[in-house]
Parts: sequence; C-alpha cells; structure tokens
Amino acid sequence: MAKVKGDIVIDIEKCKGCELCIAACPQDSLELSRKLNTKGYQYMVRIEDNCTGCTNCALVCPEGIIKVYRQTTKKKEPVATISNLTGDITVTVNS
Amino acid sequence: MNEKTLVNEEQHFEDMIAEESICTTENLVYEKPETLLDTPMHYCPGCGHGVAHRLIAEVISELGIQEETIGVAPVGCSVFAYNYLNIDMSEAAHGRASAVATAIKRVLPEKYVFSYQGDGDLAAIGTGETIHTCNRGENLLIIFINNGIYGMTGGQMAPTTLPGMKSTTSPFGRDTTTMGSPLKITELIAQLPGVYYCTRTAVNSPANVRRAKKAIQKGFEYQKLKKGLSFVEIVSNCPSNWKMTPLEANKWMEDQMFSFYPLGDLKVPNDKEK
Repeated sequence: MAKVKGDIVIDIEKCKGCELCIAACPQDSLELSRKLNTKGYQYMVRIEDNCTGCTNCALVCPEGIIKVYRQTTKKKEPVATISNLTGDITVTVNS
Repeated sequence: MNEKTLVNEEQHFEDMIAEESICTTENLVYEKPETLLDTPMHYCPGCGHGVAHRLIAEVISELGIQEETIGVAPVGCSVFAYNYLNIDMSEAAHGRASAVATAIKRVLPEKYVFSYQGDGDLAAIGTGETIHTCNRGENLLIIFINNGIYGMTGGQMAPTTLPGMKSTTSPFGRDTTTMGSPLKITELIAQLPGVYYCTRTAVNSPANVRRAKKAIQKGFEYQKLKKGLSFVEIVSNCPSNWKMTPLEANKWMEDQMFSFYPLGDLKVPNDKEK
C-alpha cells in the first residue's frame, strides 16, 4: 500500500496544550513543546515526519486551530484519445 | 555519464520541491469552517464546548444556511457562544433558551432555529420550558451539552451529576437518598409525541465527533420537514471542575458516564413517514 503523505499546520498562539490531539494521533507524531506561547501554554509540535493526513487531531481539537493537508495523487494527463468507437477509429494525439 | 547524473539530480530536486509543497489549497482536507470566527475561545483547555461549536459551524457551512440560521445562547459556560459563531444569535435568560427559540421560530418560521444549552440550564432551571417545548413539538433543534456539573459557577452539583460523584456542594459524593438520582432528561423527553428525533452522542474521540456531526446535521435537515423537535445530547467533559487533566477526564467519561448515559439514538423517525 502506497504511503499517503500529509502535513498539519498548527496555530500555536491559540493552542492551549490540552494534549487531546496527542492521544488521537495514530502515528504518535505530536508532542508538547518545551517553549511557551504568549498565553503561557505549552503548544503542540509535530516531531515525526510520518503524518498521513487522517484529520483525527483536527477533529478532536477544541480550538479548531489545526489545518490538515494530504497529498493528492497526480492525475496523469491522457497522451491520446480514441473517439468514434462504433465506426472508424480516429486517434488524436494531444500535444 | 555526467549528463545522466545531472538529469537524475534535477529530477530529485523537482521531487523534493514537490514533497515540500504539500501545504497547498488543493491538498487541504480539513480546516476550521468559515462560520466559526477567529476569536480565541474562553473555554478551559480540553473543554468539549469548543468541539461542539465547531461541529455546529461545520454543519451550517456545509448546508449553506449561514444567513438563515438563528441560534439562542444559554446561561452557563457557553454564554458567549455568540462571540464565536458567525450567525445571528440571541441570548436567553437562564433556562429559557427553548422558550426564546420557540418565539423566534414562530415569528420567522422559514429560518433555522437552534438552542444551545448546558445541563444546568436545560435540565435544572429550565426543565419546565424544555419539556413543554418538546411536548408542543416545535420545529427546533435543541443541542444539549451534558457534563454532569455546573461549570461556570465553580463546580456545584447539577441534576445530571452521577451518584457518588464529588462536587463542591456534594463533597462526599452524591448521596442518592438525600440528593436524588441523576435526571436522564433525554430519556424523559424521548417519550413525548412532539419529539421527532432524539439522540445522545459524545465528543471524546474522532469517531464520536463524526457521529455527533451527523446527528446535528440530521437535526437541521429534519427542521425543514416540519415534523417536530430534534434533540441532540452531547456528553461532554469538564476537566477543570472534575479536577482532572483533559485526557483523564475523557477516560473517566468513557468509564463512568457512558455506562449511565449510553450513547445512541433514543428516537428515530419512522422510515414509512418519510
């Protein structure tokens, strides 16, 4: 199975460090920071590069501050199109 | 040989650029809905109110009814709900949110009206209003946040406090002989004929959050059918007044509250009526 690659962006100034996303993450890629934000809370940081973009952290976040990105598979553009399948076959090459 | 290596490096460099630029608009799979404002919430860390607000905002954004929705905020921790939701909202006196919502719905019957109430608001001081609103079968959505305690006033015993649970007014645990048993208001109103849809959900895990969102969405959709009242109870936590960390509070909620307040649908519309 191809590995899905994802990424999250956390608004650290609004994070209150409740650690609910740490428990929800199936990849264990989140951790509390050592530094504090301007409100005095420890905030969440992503420490591992194994995010799959499953949105579990964003679903349980009470502040709604996590944006989740997931890499979409690139669609291969057709090289040629075959039309008029019932009668004569015409092949158009896309340039 | 040199040429080939150069080509491979270029390809590798292009791949690296492609890997780094995951954070683009087309790859975005989850974001805070537009109906939820950017205002930082005043709730304690780990409070379930934030998730509930976000779910309501998501449903309103997805149904595209932001300009047709009117909410009624209660008295309690969620008294400032109108600061976070970008919809028309009204504030009600303590416990009277369902009565105010009834008035709004009767004056503006084409609007989507919901009330957002806590357990001290809906199940204690507003029991009469709630039961009669449900009995009349108003076309409303009532969202009931049940965390078993009075959060805003400092953790006093609520009607929904579990037996043996400690609070500032029951410091030795709730004694059911003198203080009575917890009030299962959702089971109580599920029997009423005016209630069209009645369910109990929670917001402690991603799966339960998804279920709660579906329940709120059904509530808004059934409101358009004008069949009766939709009642969605959300079992929530209160880490500050339960004197626990948010993770411990969610664990305690799963162990203790879910056995007393079982999750699931209590009343679902009959398929033949559709």
